[in-house]
Amino acid sequence: MRAKRKITNAACYVLLTVLSIIWVLPILFVILTSFREEGGSYKTYIMPKGYTLNNYKELILGINSNISGGTSIDFTRWFFNTLIIAIFSTLLSAFFVLCVSFVMSRLRFKMRKKFLNIAMILGMFPGFMSMIAVYYILKGLGLLETGVLKQLSLVLVYSGGAGLGFYMAKGFFDTIPKSIDEAAFIDGATKWDTFTKITIPLSKPIITYTLLTSFMGPWVDYIFAKVIMGNDTEYYTIAIGLWTMLEKEYVDYYYTQFYAGCVLISIPIAIVFLLSQSCYVEGVSGAVKG
Amino acid sequence: MGLFKKKAPLKYDRPRDESISHVFKKGNTITKLSFLVFGLGNIMNKQIARGLIFLVLEILYFVYMILFGIGAIGDFLTLGTVEQGQVYNEALGIYEYSMGDNSMLCLLYGVITIVLTIAIIFLACMSAKSAYCTQVRIAKGQHIPTFRDDIRSLKEENLHAFLLALPIIGILVFTIVPLVFMILIAFTSYDHEHQPPGSLFSWVGLENFRSLVASTGSLAKTFWPVLGWTLIWAVSATVTCYILGLLLALLINRKDTKGKGFWRFMFVLSVAVPQFVTLLTMRTIFNANGPVNVLLREIGIIGATESIPFFTDPLLAKITIICINIWIGVPFTMLSTTGILQNIPADLYEAAKIDGASAPVIFRKITLPYMLFVMTPNLITSFTGNINNFNVIFLLSGGGPDSLDYYFAGKTDLLVTWLYKLTITQKDYNLGAVIGILVFIILATLSLLTYHRTGAYKDEGAFQ
Repeated sequence: MRAKRKITNAACYVLLTVLSIIWVLPILFVILTSFREEGGSYKTYIMPKGYTLNNYKELILGINSNISGGTSIDFTRWFFNTLIIAIFSTLLSAFFVLCVSFVMSRLRFKMRKKFLNIAMILGMFPGFMSMIAVYYILKGLGLLETGVLKQLSLVLVYSGGAGLGFYMAKGFFDTIPKSIDEAAFIDGATKWDTFTKITIPLSKPIITYTLLTSFMGPWVDYIFAKVIMGNDTEYYTIAIGLWTMLEKEYVDYYYTQFYAGCVLISIPIAIVFLLSQSCYVEGVSGAVKG
Repeated sequence: MGLFKKKAPLKYDRPRDESISHVFKKGNTITKLSFLVFGLGNIMNKQIARGLIFLVLEILYFVYMILFGIGAIGDFLTLGTVEQGQVYNEALGIYEYSMGDNSMLCLLYGVITIVLTIAIIFLACMSAKSAYCTQVRIAKGQHIPTFRDDIRSLKEENLHAFLLALPIIGILVFTIVPLVFMILIAFTSYDHEHQPPGSLFSWVGLENFRSLVASTGSLAKTFWPVLGWTLIWAVSATVTCYILGLLLALLINRKDTKGKGFWRFMFVLSVAVPQFVTLLTMRTIFNANGPVNVLLREIGIIGATESIPFFTDPLLAKITIICINIWIGVPFTMLSTTGILQNIPADLYEAAKIDGASAPVIFRKITLPYMLFVMTPNLITSFTGNINNFNVIFLLSGGGPDSLDYYFAGKTDLLVTWLYKLTITQKDYNLGAVIGILVFIILATLSLLTYHRTGAYKDEGAFQ
């Protein structure tokens, strides 16, 4: 019996190891290639022949960044473009989400049921079906004239419809006991007071979660950014920038630098993701405690 | 005790029935007139500021309508009549372009005008109701709220209006108006041959739907196979990721597995990396000259110059994409199922063991039914997510390999990636809009099913 158990255990560990290798290898490949000394794209071997930090240095300093007649690759600038867009759209969408979820969770009014139903229906249309119309509306508003305005319109696009994503936060607010609110009402608080002085201070995990998830959006969105930015390379976000580096005419120059860029942005995103996961868990378990 | 400032208690209450028909039945002349002249009832009863806001909004609307709106509605119905043309300018001896109508703008302004009109009708009702409230309060001899009271009510009984105003404007401008606009485009001839401002497009009714769906339609040969692959993809992607992710979670959560945190971390790592990075990496890894082919050559499975067409052979491309999706999706499932697995009552397992059930039987008879019971709504959500899974297809294969049988679609294109190609590359906006509506219909049906399932689930949960 014990021998059999040992065999099963061993088999499980072997299986887990093999699977882990399959899941980690591609990531290892990204890291290795980002340090590869030899330029060019595809090689007839897998392990790099030499290692260097030059890919990172060239990427950050922007050396070798002007191919004649092509797009200029300016990683640092793209990074800060994305950072600015991410910060503003995070603040705006977190504000929207908190307002809507508080209203849906705590206040009862005539249109409430209708609003919930409409939100559910709107969520079923493919997100970028309306992209073209959004593009023309922004153009009609004159928001696509200059690069800075385009950045503003990206912020608006990322946060404009954010109010519809209220389910998570509403679920959290629902679990804050109503008796706390009622106690405050007796002390003469308005509903606004319960929002700012009770609900928000009690909801740190879910607020952090909302902030972190909406912060990640602009870093990984490709489609909207591409449609709105067009060929304005100076104002590109990271995702379109990196995609450009893999295009046929650039891939031979920038293949290794592309991977360096991937590593550089994966690190902060991974940290943000792991943080948001711990907040998510805390949010849910905190809710049970009440 | 002074945590919150004490405020004066409410001195007035709202009439019990505020529906607009009731307002018309019980309202006096001024109240009824308030429906046409906004704010009249308020201004007559010393609520000057409130009344003036109503009145100014109405005047603004009529100024807009007279200057612009009526023309916009007319253009909306015809979608423009004057085509851009060339006029010979004899003085300069050249052809000049004459300004024509732009059907796209006609449609857009028409939609905006209609939305504004709906808003003004809403406002008219609000004005009449507000006048009625004041009328009732005067009749009862109650205090009439001043403008300051109105402002204060935004923190109390009207807090929802205050908090929802900005988010709703955002949703209106960036979700609802564009959506209405695109739905309307599905009924026009706005394709690559009718591009404003060069030429006009017009209303064509259900023509586009017919050409896509009807068996004789010109695009049915593309639509049905793409729909078929979309459904196959969504089912297989959902099922494989779910089952394999569940098995992985079980493997890690086994009582005898040591270092659970470490194993979990190995898999979570791939989730933490931005998805487009992993997808683009996967694309290079399975490229004709990518590492996988290099490895196969070195081992000697394929010749030194051969390569396996992971993304260029139709069938193989589909299999490759589903496999890569397993790589991406399994850690997600593992994360979300771990918590639920730990909640399965341990006595179920003990009872099964006493009865001599083997591990596969326990999985089939206890774990799987339990998980399916709890997670059916999640499964349907991830199924609908997969139908709309743009990123995986677009960044991996770009829909390729292209096919001559199809209308600008490749063999691995989903409906959504085809929609993208039709609108962005091909500029057949009307077809793109039709596909969007059809996807919506599929998803709406599924979500209704989910809704019923969750309802049933809640009832059952209440029993236990």
